Amino acid sequence: MSEQLLTVSDLSAGTDDKPILHGVSLTVGAGETHVLMGPNGAGKSTLGHVIMGDPTYRVTSGSITFDGQDVTDLTADKRSLAGIFLSYQAPVEVPGVPLYSFLRTICQKRPELKTTARKFRTRVGQIAEQLDLDQSFLMRELNVGFSGGEKKKIEMLQLLLLEPKLAILDETDSGLDVDALSVVSRGIEAYRQNVGGALLVITHNTRILERLTVDRTHVMVKGHLVAEGPASLIDEIDREGFSRFEQPGVAAVGEKAEA
Amino acid sequence: MADDKTLTPGGAPSGSEPLTPEERKRAQVQDVDRSLYDFVKSEEGYERYEDGLTPEIVRSISARKDEPDWMLQMRLDALDEYHRRPMATNWGPSIAGLDLDHISTYVSPKTKQARDWNDVPKDIKDTFDRLGIPQAERESLAGVGAQYDSEIVYHNMREEVAKQGVVYTTIEDALHDPQWEPVVHQYFGHLIPMTDHKFAALHYAVWSGGSFVYVPEGVTLDYPLQSYFRLNAAGAGQFEHTLIIVEPGADLHFIEGCSAPKYYEANLHAGAVELFVKDHARLRYSTIENWSKNMYNLNTKRATVGADAKMEWVSGSFGSHVSYLYPTTILAGDRGSCEFTGITFSGATQDLDTGCKVIMNGADTTASVQTKSISKDGGINTFRSSVVVGRHADRARCSVSCQSLMLDDISRSDTIPAMDVRNPTAQVGHEATIGRISDDTILYLMSRGCSEAEARTLVVNGFANPVSKELPMEYAVEMNNLIKLEMEGAIG
Repeated sequence: MSEQLLTVSDLSAGTDDKPILHGVSLTVGAGETHVLMGPNGAGKSTLGHVIMGDPTYRVTSGSITFDGQDVTDLTADKRSLAGIFLSYQAPVEVPGVPLYSFLRTICQKRPELKTTARKFRTRVGQIAEQLDLDQSFLMRELNVGFSGGEKKKIEMLQLLLLEPKLAILDETDSGLDVDALSVVSRGIEAYRQNVGGALLVITHNTRILERLTVDRTHVMVKGHLVAEGPASLIDEIDREGFSRFEQPGVAAVGEKAEA
Repeated sequence: MADDKTLTPGGAPSGSEPLTPEERKRAQVQDVDRSLYDFVKSEEGYERYEDGLTPEIVRSISARKDEPDWMLQMRLDALDEYHRRPMATNWGPSIAGLDLDHISTYVSPKTKQARDWNDVPKDIKDTFDRLGIPQAERESLAGVGAQYDSEIVYHNMREEVAKQGVVYTTIEDALHDPQWEPVVHQYFGHLIPMTDHKFAALHYAVWSGGSFVYVPEGVTLDYPLQSYFRLNAAGAGQFEHTLIIVEPGADLHFIEGCSAPKYYEANLHAGAVELFVKDHARLRYSTIENWSKNMYNLNTKRATVGADAKMEWVSGSFGSHVSYLYPTTILAGDRGSCEFTGITFSGATQDLDTGCKVIMNGADTTASVQTKSISKDGGINTFRSSVVVGRHADRARCSVSCQSLMLDDISRSDTIPAMDVRNPTAQVGHEATIGRISDDTILYLMSRGCSEAEARTLVVNGFANPVSKELPMEYAVEMNNLIKLEMEGAIG
């Protein structure tokens, strides 16, 4: 087996009072595109958050290895600097923090992206153009008062600026409208083109995947990964839904899990 | 709450014995994170009056300033008033740790007031250099006054500003000028009477230093004037008086900065600021106050605003152990307006009772109050606003907005709005929010590469931003740095 970028092995995690993920194992190779699907409340978002290092969830067993390093106990900022990126379903608003200076701050923290103010401005300008993002947005406060679609654009802007090795796009339940959908699609396309990094797309909206060459599809039900297959699995789910994966016995643990 | 214990930890000198220089050195708190402010210069050779308050001390301060008789009489009357009044015990944070019998009301560095920084004694010049005052003067100010303990050690203004007829000097110098002595007499103590409260009486008894500013009719200053007040002496009080007269149609931005190194002994600041903004004039008064955490900051500020005139307050309060600070604006003329923008940051051992008062007497007057407060490590913030709309203030409009951010569970934040509206056509609104930094926000910022401390600093700076962007550039930077230090460095 070739060197994997991300290896999640036998991972169990949850909040203090509720286990959510049960023995999840998953690998993503460098530059590969993976899709994680599953019904509502299966724990897909939780897996994304746990890989990112959200302290809301506690890892009870198993490990996460990224780029040759065990990151299971690292804080989110360390994982970010190592090259993991999570695009949120509902990005938070941070009043009083100008978007542009925030972008500058997070880029200057990375030796590989550190650059002069002038070069940075050019680079942001190019990416904004690529995303069809009006430059005036850069002067606004981070996500404050932005529409859902605009917030997605800002997420994609950060994705393209930070050039992570792995981008996890959490699009579960986000009810993306046509506008936001095209933003995300365009962001993914640019990311594949500019950066060539790996993707883990969490979704149950298969339209987002239409223009994407998928290497691997994973299906999660009740905190368990219950199926893994090629891209064609998506079409099958599209036609038949998740019922085939929700047979009794497939999900060994009966309690209801939450995303 | 404010008790002596918070100021005298770990075997610090206590009691009334005067400190030897050795002890004084040891008494200085080593607090590297505030090193910008926490440096002490020797007081050797300084003139320091005995602690406590007597008519002899008051007479002696007056005599050394060679004051007119009316001023001496005013001081003595104020001393009587001071002794007559009981110490307020039912207001805000406790000031029980403040023992006026152990505060020296007058400490003078051994120097004459200079107009050239090169003529300022080296250690004092060094202090102001470190605070960035001469640099700011070169780059962005029309004039600077620098007070060290009880006396102004440097005062200068650009020649072209003087040519416009602007006067920027000390009250002491104005009192010795036949042209300005009657003006000082006419205005001094007019807005803030000595009977206002006990510390106003104290102020008038022992005031020393401060600034006198006169801007003639129609004159606009392109650059601000700035006075900086540095209290170096331990166990001392600073009682500067600022008197500003902005004549009709004139425009001034005045900046006031204050700081002090930290001691275990209590220090007292009881200044007074009287601002006269005439018809069609505008005054912006910006303050960054960063007293050390052994300071009792019991300061009084008041402005009266004429018709079609505008008063703008920008206020940043970071320091002091206890503060009572409620700048007051009297909108006396029709269509006068007032904006108050303030931020208070309260950390461990700090109990800051701040706010503002607006008295609307003119018709069609407007007032807008926007304040932010941040508390952490057990710090306490209390915001008080008092809006009084008089009977004749037809169509007066006032909005008060107060936002508080608490950074942990042991800190505290209170909002006490008071409104007294006596005109049925007036519109007065108040809103207050108290919040915390959400875990989601911290995760979001951390997952983009910010450390937890950076993420918190970012959020707090963002919260403060609407206020800090109103501050003069160098103070905005200073405020952001202060927040950063408070967020990252503070161990308690």
